[in-house]
Amino acid sequence: MSDASRLTVAFAALADPTRRAILDRLAVREASVMELAEPFAMSQPAVSKHLKVLERAGLISRGREGRRRPCRIEPAALAEVDAWIERCRQTFEANFRRLDDVLDEMKRDEKVRARADERKRGPRADQGERR
Amino acid sequence: MYHDRTATVTTHGDRGVVITRAFDAPRRLVFAAMSDPAYVRRWLLGPPGWEMTECVNDVRVGGAYRHAWRHTATGRELVMHGVYREVEPPRRVVRTEVFDLGPGMPPAEQLATLELAEAGGRTTATITLSYASKAARDAALASGMERGAAASYDRLDGVLAELFAGQPAPTTDSQPKG
Repeated sequence: MSDASRLTVAFAALADPTRRAILDRLAVREASVMELAEPFAMSQPAVSKHLKVLERAGLISRGREGRRRPCRIEPAALAEVDAWIERCRQTFEANFRRLDDVLDEMKRDEKVRARADERKRGPRADQGERR
Repeated sequence: MYHDRTATVTTHGDRGVVITRAFDAPRRLVFAAMSDPAYVRRWLLGPPGWEMTECVNDVRVGGAYRHAWRHTATGRELVMHGVYREVEPPRRVVRTEVFDLGPGMPPAEQLATLELAEAGGRTTATITLSYASKAARDAALASGMERGAAASYDRLDGVLAELFAGQPAPTTDSQPKG
């Protein structure tokens, strides 16, 4: 699977709040399907479906120890997702910094125009008031 | 000098991707800098090596916009375009975003909501990328992994689009609503 496909599959897996909650739980400690199903009003088969998606995405792995088959989080896959988001964020940030510069210039221009307007208005306003 | 203005990117369940950024400027200037093509061309540039070749922006309901960039080294082109659905200056803009990824690749589309909120001369922008309708998202996810992957790919494209668009999302509060 290419990098791009792996990311696509990982994002698809993360696009579900239940699966994100499962990952949060596994980040603390490995757990069995039964332990993972417990906090949700969900059957074990339903949880297993989510686990399959997470496993296919490489976000978790499942042990083969006995019947328990503990689920474990796989940090490398999430690190890849994090790295991609961070690269995106940095590109946004570069644009935003340029926007900061544009805004600074707009503020300066406004101040200059306001001062120029004040100077123009000054003498005339006095004349108006004297009448 | 600038406190705590770096952009945040988060995912919010049904809502997709939310990007927030604060600016040290009044809202009306931020709105102008994001609407007027003369300003937009100066900052909406994407990663290094890309130049903006087209910037048309008709910011009113039903108005169309089109942004195009070219990678100078390879000649590769990227186009983003769409239509404005809601325009409430200087507070809120909703538009479709269609991101043309190049020949042979299907375009990706989502809805982008931009909200600007000002407090004490500072403006916080929040961009929310989402599907045009829950039905569209649900249809994308309904038939399993492939569609789900495509839906997520759309979200990736949305984030990519924001990469180039850098549109701050507006929200008045700093708490994510997700």
